[in-house]
Amino acid sequence: MKAYDLVIIGGGPAGLAAAAAARENGIESILILERDRELGGILNQCIHNGFGLHTFQEELTGPEYAGRFIAMVEELGIEYRLHTMVIDISPDKKVIAMSREEGLFEIQAKAVILAMGCRERSRGALNIPGYRPAGVYSAGTAQRLVNMEGYMPGKEVVILGSGDIGLIMARRMTLEGAKVKAVAELMPYSGGLKRNIVQCLDDFGIPLKLSHTVVDIDGRERLKGVTLAKVDEKGKPMPGTEEYYSCDSLLLSVGLIPENELSRGMGVEISQITSGPVVNESLETSIEGVFACGNVLHVHDLVDFVSEEAKAAGRSAASYIKGINKVSDGRVIRLVPEGGVRYIVPSSICLERMENKLTVRFRVGAVYKKAAIAVYYDGKLAARKKRLIMAPGEMEEICLEKERLLKEENLKNIVICIEEEKAQEGMG
Amino acid sequence: MFDVIIIGAGVVGCAVARELSRYNAKVLVVEKCEDVCCGTSKANSAIIHAGYDAPRDSLMAELNVRGNEMMEELSKELDFPFKRNGSLVVCLEEEDRPALKELYERGVYNGVKGLRILSRKELLELEPNIQENAVGALYAPSGGIVCPFHMTIALAENAAQNGAEFRFNTMVKKITREEEAWRLETESGSFLSRCIVNAAGVYADTFHNMVSSQKIHITPRKGEYCLFDKTAGSHVTRTVFQVPGKYGKGVLVTPTVHGNLLVGPTATDIENREGTNTTQEGISQLLAKAQTTVKELPLRQVITSFAGLRAHEEGHEFIIGEASGAKNFFDTAGIESPGLSSAPAIGVMAAGMIRDALDLKEKENFIAERKGLLNPAALSLEERRALIREKPEYGNIICRCEMISEGEIIEAVRRPLGARSLDGVKRRTRAGMGRCQSGFCCPKTMEILARELSADMLDITKSGGAARLLVSSVK
Amino acid sequence: MEKRELICIGCPLGCMLTVEIEEKTILSVSGNTCVRGDRYARKEVTNPTRIVTSTLRVNGGDRPVVPVKTREDIPKEKIFECMEALQGVCVKAPVKTGDVLIENIAGTGVDIIATKDVAAA
Repeated sequence: MKAYDLVIIGGGPAGLAAAAAARENGIESILILERDRELGGILNQCIHNGFGLHTFQEELTGPEYAGRFIAMVEELGIEYRLHTMVIDISPDKKVIAMSREEGLFEIQAKAVILAMGCRERSRGALNIPGYRPAGVYSAGTAQRLVNMEGYMPGKEVVILGSGDIGLIMARRMTLEGAKVKAVAELMPYSGGLKRNIVQCLDDFGIPLKLSHTVVDIDGRERLKGVTLAKVDEKGKPMPGTEEYYSCDSLLLSVGLIPENELSRGMGVEISQITSGPVVNESLETSIEGVFACGNVLHVHDLVDFVSEEAKAAGRSAASYIKGINKVSDGRVIRLVPEGGVRYIVPSSICLERMENKLTVRFRVGAVYKKAAIAVYYDGKLAARKKRLIMAPGEMEEICLEKERLLKEENLKNIVICIEEEKAQEGMG
Repeated sequence: MFDVIIIGAGVVGCAVARELSRYNAKVLVVEKCEDVCCGTSKANSAIIHAGYDAPRDSLMAELNVRGNEMMEELSKELDFPFKRNGSLVVCLEEEDRPALKELYERGVYNGVKGLRILSRKELLELEPNIQENAVGALYAPSGGIVCPFHMTIALAENAAQNGAEFRFNTMVKKITREEEAWRLETESGSFLSRCIVNAAGVYADTFHNMVSSQKIHITPRKGEYCLFDKTAGSHVTRTVFQVPGKYGKGVLVTPTVHGNLLVGPTATDIENREGTNTTQEGISQLLAKAQTTVKELPLRQVITSFAGLRAHEEGHEFIIGEASGAKNFFDTAGIESPGLSSAPAIGVMAAGMIRDALDLKEKENFIAERKGLLNPAALSLEERRALIREKPEYGNIICRCEMISEGEIIEAVRRPLGARSLDGVKRRTRAGMGRCQSGFCCPKTMEILARELSADMLDITKSGGAARLLVSSVK
Repeated sequence: MEKRELICIGCPLGCMLTVEIEEKTILSVSGNTCVRGDRYARKEVTNPTRIVTSTLRVNGGDRPVVPVKTREDIPKEKIFECMEALQGVCVKAPVKTGDVLIENIAGTGVDIIATKDVAAA
């Protein structure tokens, strides 16, 4: 059996950044296992620009952003295997993988970083009624077909879901000569960036139908059309608002789900809310020496933050392998999401193992205008950060400082919540 | 001139073909779709019923019990997955107890073995996820689950192995009597045959009524289903039915033989014989009904929903035999539930009638055994390693959710009566049947299909016909 | 006087901006919450530009297509002209990220460059 100090599952942006950080922190023996034909993950099909403003202070396309990290990994001489599928990881970190070239093989790792990314929700998960013809694709599958394989999956398009992938595909299909008839969004607001709404829809006169969903799919062989209907506040279609759109393709951009089948298989505790592993300050899962980062941990909207998070996981794995901070003996502080905050990553902090600064990421459950992010240490207000706007589609973050936390005696809970303006006035 | 032409390559047509291929006869199966198992056989509960449900003294009861008994050996002979997981009919109201008792007694009368009435306590011990308010249940240990695709494909492949011919994309337009034979006009030419088997599912009345003055009428009865992820597959271990009560027949909750959880069906009579669309009402209705018997149904784990059509005949009885006034035209009509369970017995019965009518003689070289697709997941690590060393394509995983390799997809295409479409590959290998519903593997499977069939990517379809997946090349 | 309404793309707030224009001169910008809105409105009204990204066919490569972009942003009204100029263009592998594949696309003075390496097959 081969042995490596660190095995990284997935060679997308998270895996690459984690690998580079681990090497820079002194880990020599690293192996990245990637199931696709090249490193870079989903970025390879995201040929649009807008990546890397935080990381590189310039605007790159997906392949360019991936290219920089791939070059870094190559320069550092980090080993990787392509076309390699991990089929099992045991709790004692024995990885079973498979490829054409090497067949079925086992690797013993000292530490594992989970960086498998996420997958798209499918039509079935939404229970969209109707027929099941050809021409119904998830937006990401369509993106791969157009941008990497060079094929058009349709000429007359309706898109369900106004997340960024849906918006980007609306523009991409239009530029390649397709007619995008509408983008329907179940929520009363779009989950996508304003910039994408303007530059992907408004630029081309594509209507965005908020509070709408697909209620019927027509066509037995190839898609013939879809019926859109308005939905009420509970998201239920309203009778009488149906409108038929003839189209030959329906692209679904209706959410992403972290791909944690391997994590579950090895017994890692999974959060019901994020569908990703429950992690501590070191991004370590419930299994010691197994770390998670990127979209497998929780779905991100900016790759820059994936890279940042992955670097932290890489550093933590390096410390673990080197035997630093191995035992979590000290106090554990819980991070508790309340009032408007859906989840927080990480969910606990062990002060002894915490780096000087810890970025805590979370999402809100609704759109908040002129509200504040409030942080309480055991019920005592510790910080309040005013925000003009917060939305479920935009990940929020705050920074915790170790020095400050150490001053709190016997701190048990850090609560993060959203306080709207009125509440603030009342408290003032 | 053929001895027998079978109209329809569903599970019944293929079972008849397989049984007929035991004899020295020229057999042809014509099918309007591009593959076997494309109609009623592909979208149903995938249940092998015990046989307590069918009316006393009916053909349904007889063939169901016999088909159930045949299943074990058949599944071994033809190498398709079948599991006797047992069935439970759960009774939720004290007032429905008499109905439960009646089911028990009917079952015993029909010859179902091992039936027992369980107390609430016994029931909850057996299935902890049954609602606490259940009052008892009928337990039928002989109930089972099967893969209807594999079962149909296995029957068809074995028939083909033994010389039966198959023609797909061949819709029958007209049937006329010529002196000593039947003439079939189809979309792709005309055929003569001494005998015809009508196994046309929801279209069986169309063909029957072309040749017989004793008309029958088939109503397509839609059944909608929800399929859950494998993570929900052990929510129940047995197939859980509800006692037919004041709200109708209820829906079943069952593990599938591949480890998913299946919930359904609804029952709606419709006009459209191709009306396999799901509906908002249907899906919410069946999920609501299922939750009356099973608690904590993990609704977030639904990966797809689908609908199938049962060929319901007004008399609610299988019609098997020579159509009146039409010599050597044999019906296997009105094959609704328990049709899948009965199919092997229907095959034997119909083939027996045809043997007698045409005076067919048994072949000496009939091959009874058929080997299914190689399933790497069933191999030991060592065997799998050896397989990949010899055939590296088995090391290239194409479908991540179901862990299906390129090797399996290639085999599915190259087999006799091989897959021609994405759905064909899916039914044979499960590639694309998992939680992402082919999001990741569809472009790759299309590439393999194009390569193996020497076809252009633009001509690859989801399910044959006009179901093309791509419309053009970029630029 | 002409009035133009825009949605600011600076942040999720998406302020509705109103720009008053007289003979190509901007008289006022209103509706913005911050200075970014003002800056965006002025640029978008006088000289809207976009980066265009697409793919080109590759001959003899290990991939059928290579992703490309305009090196800098081009006038918004030139987007479709640019796309048209990409039609039917086929480049030879190998291609390196940053390679200029088409010069001066649609007369904009901006080059089309590769955004990914494609090796020869």
